[in-house]
Amino acid sequence: MEFLLAVAIVVLVAWFVTAPLRRGPMESPDDPAAAEIAELEARKAAKYRQIRDAETDRAAGKLTEEDFKRLDRELRGEAVAILKRIDRLRGPAGAGPV
Amino acid sequence: MPVEVHHHDSGAVQLTVLGSALLAAALLSALFAAGAGVYAGRTGDSRWVDSSRRGVYAMAGLLTTAVVLIEIAFLRNDFHFALVADHSSTTTPTFYKLTAMWSSQEGSLLLWAWVLSLASSGVLFMTRRRHREIVPWATAVLAGLASFFIGLMIFKAQPFAHLDNAPVEGVGLTPLLRNPYMAVHPPMLYSGYVLWSIPFAFCVGALMARKLDASWIRTTRNFALVAWTFLGIGLLLGSRWSYEELGWGGYWGWDPVENAALMPWLLGTAFLHSVMVQEKRGMLKVWNVSLISATFCLCLLGTFLVRSGVLQSIHAFGASTVGGPLLALIGVTAVGATVLIVTRLDQLKPERRIDSLLSRESVFLVNNLLLVGLVVVIFWGTFFPLISEVFTGDRHSLAAPWFDRYVTPIGVLLVLFTGIGPLFAWGQLSGAAARRLLLWPSIATAATIAVLLAVSDAGHHLWALFIFGFAAFALVALAGEYWRAGSTRHALTGEGYPRALATAVGRNRRRYGGYIVHAGIALTLIGIAASSSFQTNRDLRLQVGQTAKVGDYTIAYRKLTADPKNERISFAAQLDVTRNGKHFATLDPSRNYYPTQDPTAGPIGRYFMGESTSEVGLKTGAGGDLWTAFQPDLSSLNPDITRGNRQLANVGPVGQGIAIDVLAQRYAQNPPPATFRVIVNPLVGWIWIGALIAVAGAVMAGWPALESRRQLEAAYRARLGKELGTASPPS
Repeated sequence: MEFLLAVAIVVLVAWFVTAPLRRGPMESPDDPAAAEIAELEARKAAKYRQIRDAETDRAAGKLTEEDFKRLDRELRGEAVAILKRIDRLRGPAGAGPV
Repeated sequence: MPVEVHHHDSGAVQLTVLGSALLAAALLSALFAAGAGVYAGRTGDSRWVDSSRRGVYAMAGLLTTAVVLIEIAFLRNDFHFALVADHSSTTTPTFYKLTAMWSSQEGSLLLWAWVLSLASSGVLFMTRRRHREIVPWATAVLAGLASFFIGLMIFKAQPFAHLDNAPVEGVGLTPLLRNPYMAVHPPMLYSGYVLWSIPFAFCVGALMARKLDASWIRTTRNFALVAWTFLGIGLLLGSRWSYEELGWGGYWGWDPVENAALMPWLLGTAFLHSVMVQEKRGMLKVWNVSLISATFCLCLLGTFLVRSGVLQSIHAFGASTVGGPLLALIGVTAVGATVLIVTRLDQLKPERRIDSLLSRESVFLVNNLLLVGLVVVIFWGTFFPLISEVFTGDRHSLAAPWFDRYVTPIGVLLVLFTGIGPLFAWGQLSGAAARRLLLWPSIATAATIAVLLAVSDAGHHLWALFIFGFAAFALVALAGEYWRAGSTRHALTGEGYPRALATAVGRNRRRYGGYIVHAGIALTLIGIAASSSFQTNRDLRLQVGQTAKVGDYTIAYRKLTADPKNERISFAAQLDVTRNGKHFATLDPSRNYYPTQDPTAGPIGRYFMGESTSEVGLKTGAGGDLWTAFQPDLSSLNPDITRGNRQLANVGPVGQGIAIDVLAQRYAQNPPPATFRVIVNPLVGWIWIGALIAVAGAVMAGWPALESRRQLEAAYRARLGKELGTASPPS
């Protein structure tokens, strides 16, 4: 009885774990571009947070106008690069400024 | 050991065999997931990525079922499980039956593997459509670790070991662990240890895949925060348990096992700060991968110290069979991580350099160096017995004063930087702004020190004085940050101040949650400094009716009560405490005696000669605690116990119970003098209040973004896109 139960567990687990291997190599449910877009979206959110932080620091008088502009230009430049990459990956339909 | 037995029970046999089968299947799943992860990492085949992830899910399901089986066995008093027979009994309260699993080595290993499987499943589910290059390697690391711990359970310490002849009664839970704090402390500590494996695994994944930007940090940041919080809660509960249960009056004794939990927490604190520098400025990449590797190695070391018995500790579980394999795992982890880092140094070059010493990244760097310095000191002190044995052949331990001498100055500087860090901006802070921002916190420091020197003897406790002064600096600086957040938004939007503050804080919970953590830590350090420097501590020997004076308090020993129960005999002293002639508190410190299973103690003696625990009498307040512990002198009972052992050997349990009741009540009516320890502990409660505030701050900082936040992101994107379409960024 115990032996049968153990075999049943192993068979069930093997069936569950190997399910993706039974699909064809080209049947991946995931789009590689979608994975990269998701990562870029996370980078974009982080960059926006940095831009907002810099604005807060300027408003609080922690950054001089000159230092803020330099930092803001740098961060926005990086944000632009991320947006361009997202648009490139999304193709013509999703491209361009919102 | 119990001698009566239950005979073969086929139902229970099925459960232990089923449990073993579940562990074996979990090991197979973990090994498969690790192998599939490596294959997927090398080939990039998404089918193997998915399959390895499913291997981890399966392992989590199997281990969850195994944990449920063991809990059912504890609840049913199923002593066919050796684990249940050795760590529970029919009289163990239900709550402690549920938590008894992790009082054993086997149960602790199961807890480790189970929490690891759940956390691994969580992070792999969250990243199922991201980090395609990193995830397979991270899966391999996590599944490899799980394989190790499940393997230990199968080959070294079996939680499903079966007793054919089950005893009718179990040994019971170790009395010292029958405490609510101790029931929750191990899972918190282990969860903290285990969760650090998530950022470590993703770090290894990033190194393997050579994707060494900040993406692995962003993905695992919240796991690191949760690990840090759980480890902190574990330390908090452990210190409270020590304070209330061990009867020596302290909350921290620089015990090796305590230190082993503190070290990864300190390195983890450094990591949480230094990853922000990488995320925002592209610096400290080598430092971060080294720091997380060291943090995880220290987590494994903590587990090793508890389980190996290599160092003497009140928390260690004696020599065990898993010490050697754990040490081997630490070695493999440390060497493997070092090789990976050294071979990827080219990809770990910083993107920028520090612009100015007046910047947040500079402060974080100093704070990191201080935290690492603290860990080096604690590591040296903790392992000094082993180091001295290697060089001299003798073990020499370093006591609390040694730790205090080196840890305190570093701790004082850390308090100061707890306040300075939030004031500085990323990039560069102007000199004028620095002077303005530092003004009020500096005034608060000077005022605090001046007042304390005027009204107390703080001048004789210089380190404590500095901690109070710098904690005042930190609290005023942090309050100033909150004030600036509200007033800035109020000025920009015209919103009412409370609304402006709530919105500003809500929009940057990560930053302002972090500030709450800093405030909590400052309060905790105030509690530590006050209670360790200004404590009044006295040992008294009092007869019923006598009084003694301790500090401002007069302690009167009114009476002794006895409470013999199934599980234990409890003697409690009633103390009336007055201050300045007025009643202050009634305290009931007690001592509980648990029966021993040793038959040589005799049928009556075994109830008095087993392990005993202390329940302290405690009056807590914001200004401080009055702490009392009690030790009765039971030697006057010896003649009666000897006579009882002789005359009542053949009397049944009911008769013996009546005899014990009579004996205990007679002792309570005319007790000999008892020993009391009385401690006046100023501000000690702030240690735990501060820690709870810090936990609240961590929860706030790590709380997932709400829908409104995403809408805000969308609006911001639209704004940036618009600007991109019409004009260059401001220059």
